[in-house]
Amino acid sequence: MFGKKRVAIVGAGLTLFRRRLKETGKELSYEASKMALDAAGMELRDMQSVVLGTAPDAFDGVHMKGEYLADGAGAYRKPYTRVFVGGGTGVFTPLAGWWHVASGQFDSCLVVAEEKMSSCYPHPQYAFTTIFDPILERPLGMNLIWIFALEMHRYMHKHGIKKEDIARVSVKNKGNALDHPCAQLGAKITVEDVLNSEVMAWPVQRLDVSPTSDGGAALVLVSEDVAKEITDDPVWIDGAGWCIDSTLWTNRDLYYPDYVECAARMAYKMAGIKNPPKEIDLAEPYDPFDYKELHHMEGLLLCKKGEAPKLTAEGVTQRDGDLPINPSGGLLGVGNPIAAAGLMKVCEIFWQLRGEAGKRQIPGDPRTGLAQAWGDLMQYGSVIVLRR
Amino acid sequence: MSEKIKDYRGEALKSADFKEGRVPTEKCRPKAKFAWSAGIAIGRFLEELKKGKIIASTCSKCGRIMVPPRIYCENCFKPTDGWKYVKDTGTINTYSVSYLAADASRLKEPILVAIIDLDGASKNMGLIHKLGEVDKDEIKFGMKVKAVWKPKEERVGAITDIKYFKPIKEATP
Ligand SMILES: [Zn+2]
Repeated sequence: MFGKKRVAIVGAGLTLFRRRLKETGKELSYEASKMALDAAGMELRDMQSVVLGTAPDAFDGVHMKGEYLADGAGAYRKPYTRVFVGGGTGVFTPLAGWWHVASGQFDSCLVVAEEKMSSCYPHPQYAFTTIFDPILERPLGMNLIWIFALEMHRYMHKHGIKKEDIARVSVKNKGNALDHPCAQLGAKITVEDVLNSEVMAWPVQRLDVSPTSDGGAALVLVSEDVAKEITDDPVWIDGAGWCIDSTLWTNRDLYYPDYVECAARMAYKMAGIKNPPKEIDLAEPYDPFDYKELHHMEGLLLCKKGEAPKLTAEGVTQRDGDLPINPSGGLLGVGNPIAAAGLMKVCEIFWQLRGEAGKRQIPGDPRTGLAQAWGDLMQYGSVIVLRR
Repeated sequence: MSEKIKDYRGEALKSADFKEGRVPTEKCRPKAKFAWSAGIAIGRFLEELKKGKIIASTCSKCGRIMVPPRIYCENCFKPTDGWKYVKDTGTINTYSVSYLAADASRLKEPILVAIIDLDGASKNMGLIHKLGEVDKDEIKFGMKVKAVWKPKEERVGAITDIKYFKPIKEATP
């Protein structure tokens, strides 16, 4: 294994996710980091390095966000890196933390993710318009929802999927989030509620979409030697994968995320996983939109292309199903402070594998879990596999 | 959240608290403006749009005819080595009926938006643009469409020199 060291997660922290929090980004970073350190029984002085993930600076209007947030993330006078790969940031941040420790350079790394979207007003949506190509796309009046609508429609067309097949994901995830103490949008809703909600950009309707949010999340990573000293219950990072496709997003068939498959194959190879649906006990694929959960299940090779809606209808992806998907409630239910939302998924796998997820705990004895995030212009995938 | 953790942090604010100044805030509108060079490949593309033509660049190694054009093939990582006009007709790859403007405000009349695979370009070489002269309920996947250009004197060398794409009526035999 190229002399790589095994890396353990030994603590996790999370703030409330809300449309608008009073705390600043620095304060949210601090609260999440402190909680993760307390959970690990460690102090900031035990952390040899810090990695922070946060998504577009445009939300904050502070264009040196990594530096701006550093103190809250515990990076004061430490080796520090800010990483940013769009919506994929939340799962990429612990991957960057992983290589800090796996390389042998550090025995510990504090991994922090923060997003405060509410600073951009009247709606953070407007900050997203600056992700598009300034010459060919922005003059058309691009809206972020368009790219999802175009991708969702193509996916539906290719496999003959109906809106109600997709709406079940929103119903499940918002329902799961009722058991999450940090959740912004936990709710008991029906397929009809989704189908009757406001049409934003057909086929995307209001209840197909996750909210904008403020929030923070953190993890404590340590080397195998340190883990054995401080805990009987480490969770290991056994798979890491990431991949990007071209920014020319209209030059590929959007029905399938090849770059997610590429990232998943990299992580599975490292983890020695040959048959993902059999060997993975639960997964938290990225679900900023309900169809995205299905799209990503397929890209992660958890089922065949076009088969994810069927598994969802059969209840396979419920918490008590054979392959629980987004038991946390996901972005649709817990909320979507972008980088923090991705890291929330890794926190959930960590708590599920340790049997600490309380009302959300999936039955059985889960040993292997996966989290995935997605981002940029239908372009980026990041995948982490955890084991205990 | 772990069941071991009882106190989770965060103080939610209502929009009204914020808007009506019940909590301290500071506001600012940055005055930065931007002007982009269209570059070598897209610069040529825009000049051709002004003439009412759509141009692709080609790679002799992988054989692709690429729209939008580029000066390097990202696949072969070598310079593209040709230019080729493609047609201003194509096929709807996917589409949406949008009631959202760029700032997320709501529209009464929807914007019809599509990815159009252009005739004469390689597979999946789509361009995003608007649709017009069609009812939202008549749009279909695989529908043949043709560019509707602005009058010559109004074209400035911009993607909006094409007003929109409209369905090609079935030719009567
Ligand atoms: Zn080539």
